[in-house]
Amino acid sequence: MSCAESFSAYAFRAIGYGDRLLPKSDISLCDQIFLIGSGMIWNVYFAVVAILFGFVFATALAFARVSGPPYLRWPAEVFVFIFRGSPLFIQFFFAYELFVQLPRVGVEIPMGFATLTASTSWLTKAWLGATVVLFLNTSAYSAEIFTGALKSIPRGDNEAADAFGMTGFKRFRRIVFPTMLRLAWPSYSNEAIFLFHSTALVFFSGFPAWRREADGLYYASYFAEATFNPFVPYPIIAAYFVFFTLLIVGFFGLVSKRLNRHLAEPPKVKFRIGSMLSR
Amino acid sequence: MFEFCVDPKAIEGLKWLSCYLTTPKHAAMYYSILTVLGLLAAAVPPILLLGFAGALARRSGFAPIRWIGLGYTSIVRGVPDIVFFLFFPIALDQAVEVIRHKIKCPDVVGSVYQGNDFVVCQAAKMPLGPSPQWVHEAWGFTLAVVTFAIVFGAFTANTLHGALAAVPRGQLETARAFGMTDRQTFWRVHLPQMWVYALPGLSNLWMILIKATPLLFLLGIKDIVYWAKELGGMKTQAYTYSHPDWRVWYFAALLVFYLLLTWVSQRVFDRVFARASRGMSVAR
Repeated sequence: MSCAESFSAYAFRAIGYGDRLLPKSDISLCDQIFLIGSGMIWNVYFAVVAILFGFVFATALAFARVSGPPYLRWPAEVFVFIFRGSPLFIQFFFAYELFVQLPRVGVEIPMGFATLTASTSWLTKAWLGATVVLFLNTSAYSAEIFTGALKSIPRGDNEAADAFGMTGFKRFRRIVFPTMLRLAWPSYSNEAIFLFHSTALVFFSGFPAWRREADGLYYASYFAEATFNPFVPYPIIAAYFVFFTLLIVGFFGLVSKRLNRHLAEPPKVKFRIGSMLSR
Repeated sequence: MFEFCVDPKAIEGLKWLSCYLTTPKHAAMYYSILTVLGLLAAAVPPILLLGFAGALARRSGFAPIRWIGLGYTSIVRGVPDIVFFLFFPIALDQAVEVIRHKIKCPDVVGSVYQGNDFVVCQAAKMPLGPSPQWVHEAWGFTLAVVTFAIVFGAFTANTLHGALAAVPRGQLETARAFGMTDRQTFWRVHLPQMWVYALPGLSNLWMILIKATPLLFLLGIKDIVYWAKELGGMKTQAYTYSHPDWRVWYFAALLVFYLLLTWVSQRVFDRVFARASRGMSVAR
């Protein structure tokens, strides 16, 4: 099979386009590169969705922990403790078994023009179930970072806001939130990288790969087993991960520049994998 | 275990549960907790050793060694650890077998990769085919320890490198002013002072290491994840102890086990920090 043929057969195999069967014999380098690459679509999807939603929830959690009433503070503390204190791998297994046990019910979501019936059985599929777990997990880790940042906001900032008569939401939007982000950003970019890396766990935990549509590592290990040669597929997926990791670093660097644009000497985003966070 | 467990179908309630939880298979599951703790204990010395070597390599005055140190730490940290957990056991296994193949069967010609197969002569198999079961398990465990050492050694190298750099310059200059040689300065001042700065990072790594142990399951070792899946699955009436799918309970128990492990570790580390930083003005 030529490279162009492998591209059309496998480049979007992971999302259901292309050949139904995975390559079995005469596996070429192009097959491996494209199929593993198509799997990376899943990794990127998991990471983007979990980080976007996780960011919002983590902010809420952090505020609940720092300045919320006790009935919000304690649940937030417990949530963060559970998700940071246990392995993500076990969380995946547990969540999958839990979702399987859920009663099969549909939830009607009115969408204006039509009603969408969301069924709980979707939670047993990786695209939703695993995303929910990753979302909760990154929320807990990010909440820990944001809590630390909130606690170290300079007191002068708040006093200045007081002096200007800023209260409530205005003060949050203009003073507290931007300062928190600025302080948390270096660690938060680390968390984003780690979350991206942990998306590789999804299909090795409870979640099944429906029609063998799965993430990059699933295909890499498939190739390693099919060819008995781990020295090709694993370096390929490693290269993909390094590439996307550099993209994340670049993106978070840009945001950091914007967050610090009013400061004379913008502190560099410290890129230190493995500093504080991992699962 | 207990006398009343002779006929489990006849008893119920707490009695049944006490019988159920003491079956030989459950004993194997409790025993596998020791596997996890054993891996942690066995992995720490090589991790520290590799981490130390990596950190020293990164400080080396000889550029190629520095590059090796930097390359090792950056590559391992830039790629998800699970990729290494899948890669190294096979890669190490094949590497060992190829070397043994070259030594033990020099007369066999041709590549070990034949099409989609990896072929070495029988005498080069590791472990040998007819070896008892425990040898196979010990070999698997050794590969797991080496894999953990390589992956976490890189993280540790990074932490120790940072800690070595964090020791205030003045202390080293003082040591030199006292007439110590470079070697003496390193062993008597730099290294002992480094630990205070390395402790927070190392405690973090310990937590990460604990949370990485369930990945043993992926390496084909019968650890607690394996037993939870095995014992929790639905058991029909054909089994002595029949029950529906209880995997969710088993995994909940694993969650609690790991929470306890990390919680206890955190408590211990808090105490160690408090002790180690007595009299120091180190911002944490």
